[in-house]
Amino acid sequence: MEEAIRTILAEHGHLPVEVDKLRDEDDLYQAGMTSHASVNVMLALEDEFDIEFPERMLRKSTFESVAAIRFAISELSES
Amino acid sequence: MTATKERADEFLRQAERIAVEVVAPAAHDVDRDARFPVEAFDALREESLLSLLIPQELGGAGATVAQVADITFELGRHCASTGLIYAMHQSQVASLVRHGRSAFFREYLAEMADTELLLASATTEVGVGGDVRTSLCTVERQDSGSIRLEKMAPVISYGQHSDAILATARRAPESPPNDQVLVLCRPPGLKLESISGWDTLGFRGTCSLGFKLVAEEDESCILDDSYGEISSRTMLPVSHLLWSSVWLGLATAAADKARHFVRAEARKKPGVTPPSALRLAEMVAQLQRMEELVRGSVRRYDQQIDDVDVLSSMGFAIAMNSLKVSASTLVVDIVNRSMLILGMAGYREDSPHSLGRILRDAHGAAIMVNNDRINSNTAQMLLVHKDQ
Repeated sequence: MEEAIRTILAEHGHLPVEVDKLRDEDDLYQAGMTSHASVNVMLALEDEFDIEFPERMLRKSTFESVAAIRFAISELSES
Repeated sequence: MTATKERADEFLRQAERIAVEVVAPAAHDVDRDARFPVEAFDALREESLLSLLIPQELGGAGATVAQVADITFELGRHCASTGLIYAMHQSQVASLVRHGRSAFFREYLAEMADTELLLASATTEVGVGGDVRTSLCTVERQDSGSIRLEKMAPVISYGQHSDAILATARRAPESPPNDQVLVLCRPPGLKLESISGWDTLGFRGTCSLGFKLVAEEDESCILDDSYGEISSRTMLPVSHLLWSSVWLGLATAAADKARHFVRAEARKKPGVTPPSALRLAEMVAQLQRMEELVRGSVRRYDQQIDDVDVLSSMGFAIAMNSLKVSASTLVVDIVNRSMLILGMAGYREDSPHSLGRILRDAHGAAIMVNNDRINSNTAQMLLVHKDQ
């Protein structure tokens, strides 16, 4: 899962830094991910993992780091 | 603690008095000369109406956004420029109240309440194409320990008439464009040099000139929360709510002229309903839509103001964007309908029923922060947003 998340971030996050250099807990918004880019990341994650982020998860904090995204996906995949 | 109903009513009465006695008589001059409504803001300061949102324990009135929206509406009804300046100021105050938690900002808020300071904002920047969530300029740390900021701002409304300016900038020279902070810039460290004028169709009194802003301040003048958080939870929603209240004031002013005109027509021939009365019925229905939209949105925001989860949700952002787009569209529609009812009386510049200034101001609503930009942003969110 980790690798897929990082691939999506590399492709859609438009980060000015290399995704591999980011630690799991690093703040993606502070690393330069715009809200426009984050929507594309959400769409790609929904497609890749065959999930739908419900309204309660559609907030900045859900997508603020690789760790936060992994946590959100596992929560949705379990249910 | 929030203001009691009695105190809020008293503030509203004062605002109504100022609107009629001070704002309305100056509105024509303010518009013609594109000048700052100085007498209006002297009067608003005199009655402590600039610091209403500041909590009581800091010397303010602890007013709600709804109470401030009522005042904004009254001002907008008589002079849209005055109303809009008041709205912009209050959205800056709200941002300081909700996001300036440090001892420094608490003290500054107390000073604002004491001396009724007027706040302006510098969010847009030359070179970012109007995207306020992106900055090129940056906070620079000086060897002396102070911070320095230099920003080319295409618009700082009433910048040269304000006591302080809240400006966005990148957090540090190495920060990406979206990692923004909000910096309080005050004299004597603040220098403004105008780079463009303001000769527009409407909202002429807002004096929204372009400036090169240079500020030197202490590190403590950077707000605690990131600009992204301040914008989504407070500055953007309060701006949209209060701007919409100004536009509702404009629409109501146009509607009042039309109502008055139709009644006068009817009195000339009792028993015969004037043809314009039917148009009036249609226009009043639109005005009712707008009133319910604006007042309902304001009331909901006050109820949700402490619920960070709601305020940071996508649904809330979409609702606040849609409010701005709808209200700015409705005001033009209502003014146009009033024009058809008034006919030549509204079209003439030398008639007491003239809608000239109101029409020009109304068109600014969709243009100043363009509706296309807002709709594009909403469209992005709708790609992932699920309705509940």
